[in-house]
Amino acid sequence: MQTISEQDRRLIEAMQDGLPLEPNPYAVIGRRIGMDEAEVLRRIAALQACGVIKRFGIIVRHRELGYLANAMVVWNVADEQAALLGRRLAKFDFVTLCYRRARRLPDWPYNLYCMIHGRDRKVVMQQLASIIDRCGLRGVPYRILFSRRRFKQCGARYLSRATELERPPVTARRAVGR
Amino acid sequence: MTHRNHDPINETLAMSELDKQLLNEFQRDFPLTSTPYADIAARIGVTEQEVIARLRQLRAAGVVGRVGAVIRPHSIGTSVLAAMAVPAARLEQVAALVNGYPEVNHNYEREHRYNLWFVVTAADQDDIDAVLNDIQRRTGIRVLALPMLESYHIDVGFKLHWEPDDRDIGEINANHQ
Repeated sequence: MQTISEQDRRLIEAMQDGLPLEPNPYAVIGRRIGMDEAEVLRRIAALQACGVIKRFGIIVRHRELGYLANAMVVWNVADEQAALLGRRLAKFDFVTLCYRRARRLPDWPYNLYCMIHGRDRKVVMQQLASIIDRCGLRGVPYRILFSRRRFKQCGARYLSRATELERPPVTARRAVGR
Repeated sequence: MTHRNHDPINETLAMSELDKQLLNEFQRDFPLTSTPYADIAARIGVTEQEVIARLRQLRAAGVVGRVGAVIRPHSIGTSVLAAMAVPAARLEQVAALVNGYPEVNHNYEREHRYNLWFVVTAADQDDIDAVLNDIQRRTGIRVLALPMLESYHIDVGFKLHWEPDDRDIGEINANHQ
């Protein structure tokens, strides 16, 4: 893991609520943190190039687009096979996330996770059958956990609790998406 | 100018051609220029004002969360997925308690004995542990912390299929081959 500079961290924090929907949004972001527009643009490009920013653009919310069947599929695979299987799963365009996570034995033996977002459950089940078939996952223990209610979804915040307390109340900390 | 229309079937916003272009083409490679909305407008043949107005509407409707950066996990701050097995009668109360932490950015009910799943993101592991311990203490319910060890997915945005029948089952994204 690389460490990022204080300036980059401040820039990412300034964009947490999203790019302003105004004609010169990068200049607006820059003014909040005393950085000129050219530097904002240069730093975003550099953060993308080094992979800290995985993607920069419009962030959609699946449910509002009619993708109501949201399945988290968890597998219990041999640790040494997880990377190979994970990279295979991640290639399907309906797989929106794919991670290896720590097990919590004995309660939770699963270590490989993928998310599938679909318009209906039947389609998601077909997609799951397809990846089981095509990734060599037949016979591997798994669980499929469809979402029911969404209680919260917003962009991540990275400020420490101490930092937040020091922030002046004028900074934009409104709820995302509202 | 397009209007917001609600589809009575699935309660989602009716999507115009402008929306489809915006959402298909600008989930990544968003213009890094002084006037990104004007540049998008020029590419899809509308005005800057239309692009901005429509993005505001899509954001107000919740279809667009924001325009911005998706940060690689653990490159700034750290995060953890957590799960709790909450008795059904207490689920709403516990979910509201969990939502009350600004560090919680996703929180879902899922169909399993472990029925509450949420993500905690904070500046460091101490802050995460403080939140998880606090939730555990206030609810009396064990919190299962499931830290990410490795990510296999390259985020290229979500490929939208506009019609319910437009289903490419088993399709492999060309970007990954």
